[in-house]
Amino acid sequence: MALLQIAEPGQSPLPHQVKRAVGIDLGTTNSLVAAMRGGRATVLPDESGAVMLPSVVNYSADRPPLVGMGAVELGVHRPADTLMSIKRFMGRGSEDALADAQRSRYRLAEGQGLVRFVTSGGEVSPVEVSADILRVLRRRAVDTLGGDIDGAVITVPAYFDEAQRQATKDAAKLAGLRVLRLLNEPTAAAVAYGLDSAEEGVIAVYDLGGGTFDISILRLQKGVFEVLATGGDTALGGDDLDAALADWVLEESGSPTLTAGQFRQLQAASRAAKERLTDQQEVDIDLQGVLPAGGTLRITRDTFEGLILPLVKRTLRACRKCLRDAELEAAVDNIVMVGGSTRVPLVREAVGEFFKRSPLIDIDPDQVVAIGAAIQADILAGNRPEGDLLLLDVIPLSLGIETMGGLVEKIVPRNTTIPVSRAQEFTTFKDGQTALAVHILQGEREMVSDCRSLAHFELRGIPPMVAGAARIQVTFQVDADGLLNVSAREAITGAEASITVKPSFGLSDEEITGMLQASFSHAAEDKEARKLAEERLAAWQLLEGLKSALKADGEALLSAEERAAIAGQMTDLQALVEGQDAQAIHTQTEQLGRLSEAFAARRMDKSIRQALAGVSLDSLDDEVTP
Amino acid sequence: MGVSLTQPAARHIASQLASRGKGIGIRLGVTTSGCSGMAYVLEFVDELQPEDQVFEDHGVKVIIDPKSMLYLDGTELDFVREGLNEGLQFRNPNVSAECGCGESFTV
Repeated sequence: MALLQIAEPGQSPLPHQVKRAVGIDLGTTNSLVAAMRGGRATVLPDESGAVMLPSVVNYSADRPPLVGMGAVELGVHRPADTLMSIKRFMGRGSEDALADAQRSRYRLAEGQGLVRFVTSGGEVSPVEVSADILRVLRRRAVDTLGGDIDGAVITVPAYFDEAQRQATKDAAKLAGLRVLRLLNEPTAAAVAYGLDSAEEGVIAVYDLGGGTFDISILRLQKGVFEVLATGGDTALGGDDLDAALADWVLEESGSPTLTAGQFRQLQAASRAAKERLTDQQEVDIDLQGVLPAGGTLRITRDTFEGLILPLVKRTLRACRKCLRDAELEAAVDNIVMVGGSTRVPLVREAVGEFFKRSPLIDIDPDQVVAIGAAIQADILAGNRPEGDLLLLDVIPLSLGIETMGGLVEKIVPRNTTIPVSRAQEFTTFKDGQTALAVHILQGEREMVSDCRSLAHFELRGIPPMVAGAARIQVTFQVDADGLLNVSAREAITGAEASITVKPSFGLSDEEITGMLQASFSHAAEDKEARKLAEERLAAWQLLEGLKSALKADGEALLSAEERAAIAGQMTDLQALVEGQDAQAIHTQTEQLGRLSEAFAARRMDKSIRQALAGVSLDSLDDEVTP
Repeated sequence: MGVSLTQPAARHIASQLASRGKGIGIRLGVTTSGCSGMAYVLEFVDELQPEDQVFEDHGVKVIIDPKSMLYLDGTELDFVREGLNEGLQFRNPNVSAECGCGESFTV
């Protein structure tokens, strides 16, 4: 028996129509999964009620991978088999990752290419480790929502490049999750606060996580979030606040020498003290079993704030740089706080003072990213009524293909929101043409030479037919992450070819703006160029058609004078086509067209006679009478 | 007769209403679709319709339109946990058959 959730008025889902979609925050330190329940996005807890899953996996030869708290505990004794902060290695090459791996005491597999770690359970890649984490979250979601998951939105840092995003998608696929889209973490946080419902605005997202600090400036325009700038410090996080407090404790206690176990205890005690100082002015740190001397140590919030002030100032320096990069004209409208360490009162005050606005703190900063992802997942899965669809991205420049005459046929116009899929039918230009070259272009100009070439591919295996008879469907698909897939399919044989490109790759904002402006300033010129190309095309088509017709029926249906007249006009047109005069080509094409009309009529008669020849009147009657 | 809520169901609905921040109560109803004839409606209510009937059980207002009442009379709404999953369940004496998953039914 299904367990029902309460819906918003008028939005009760039909039976079997609810799509189970989840949002996943695949974090460096902790991961969470959230879903819409009873009309609100909530994070899903495990059996013990914990919502945060430590992003830690322990591998062993004699059992499946262990994920989460259990792995954290094993990590103390088996550091090389216990992989943590694996997100830092996603989509990176071995050489690139070597320094990081050494710092974290992992053994890297020999060889070039992508990183692989050597563990007692065998070699694993960062993608596989992430998949193991995602698998646990997926299982949690399946158990909680009472059925398989239709899709997931997974968050990634705004600065993740294409390889890192693809690695995240691969991990999801391995874990059996269908990715509805990858969402930038700061965007997810803004969505959680419903900031996407505003018309426009500038949002700063201050994310102080366990081990990393990220600051992102987003601009919202017509429901589309654009990342203006990102910055931060990959080696600064809540752990550093704990460490600052631990150092102070050691200093106060006369710097005793600690065992590794005691040091970890001290870190845990410091973290607990930091958390309690959020609500209290002073707390006692119990050092029994932590330090050789034991006892307790009292710390006031003021002292603590003095300890962490240099760290907080470092985050503000990154904020200042990021703001400069964003080249904002006006102040930031909203500040969203993400990450557990933003609970620290000093952090909130400092950030509020810096941006001259109080930060948004109502949603649990550990959960806000997962919650935003869940809201987005619910919309993408189609559980919201029409019109509530969130627009998040548009393509910056039109996408199209080259057609005969060096023209660009635009298939997806600029500013189209993605994901999008557009198809258009093309045909062959020459008789017996068996292949079609597809040249994919990006830009606003009319001519191929003025646009940016993205990719080429060829469709082969078109059956030989007269020009214009083949039907070739060219489909452009841009997925939610901006990946473009172009496929061409011939209707009769089903022959197909395709290619995937990333259209925005390597294009800066200035280049995009430049390409746009060029399309405006060259509009008249482009129009002329298009006209010339089109006239040339019409002329070519006529010439090609006549050539093959003359070869087939020229002797039989035309007198020598007629043939000579047509041939002469064809030579004239041929010469004009090489030139630049669109009008002259047009006139000559028309003239040749009129001259060859009689020839065309005679060919038509001939083919009708041929079709009827050998057919008896009786059988014709049979066909006529019903 | 009308409809009733179990104590856990009332507590669950009250807390959902509280966290939503608005709403008079909860609407129970049926619509004619689904794989076995009828499907349940379970929604928050912000505005009462003129024909609505309002019941109150354990301090929670339950709103039903008269047409749905024909199919729901005597129903008890319960709150059920199955492992990690939790939600509301209709115990409807009028049902003669339901589809395997219980999302739709016939009377």
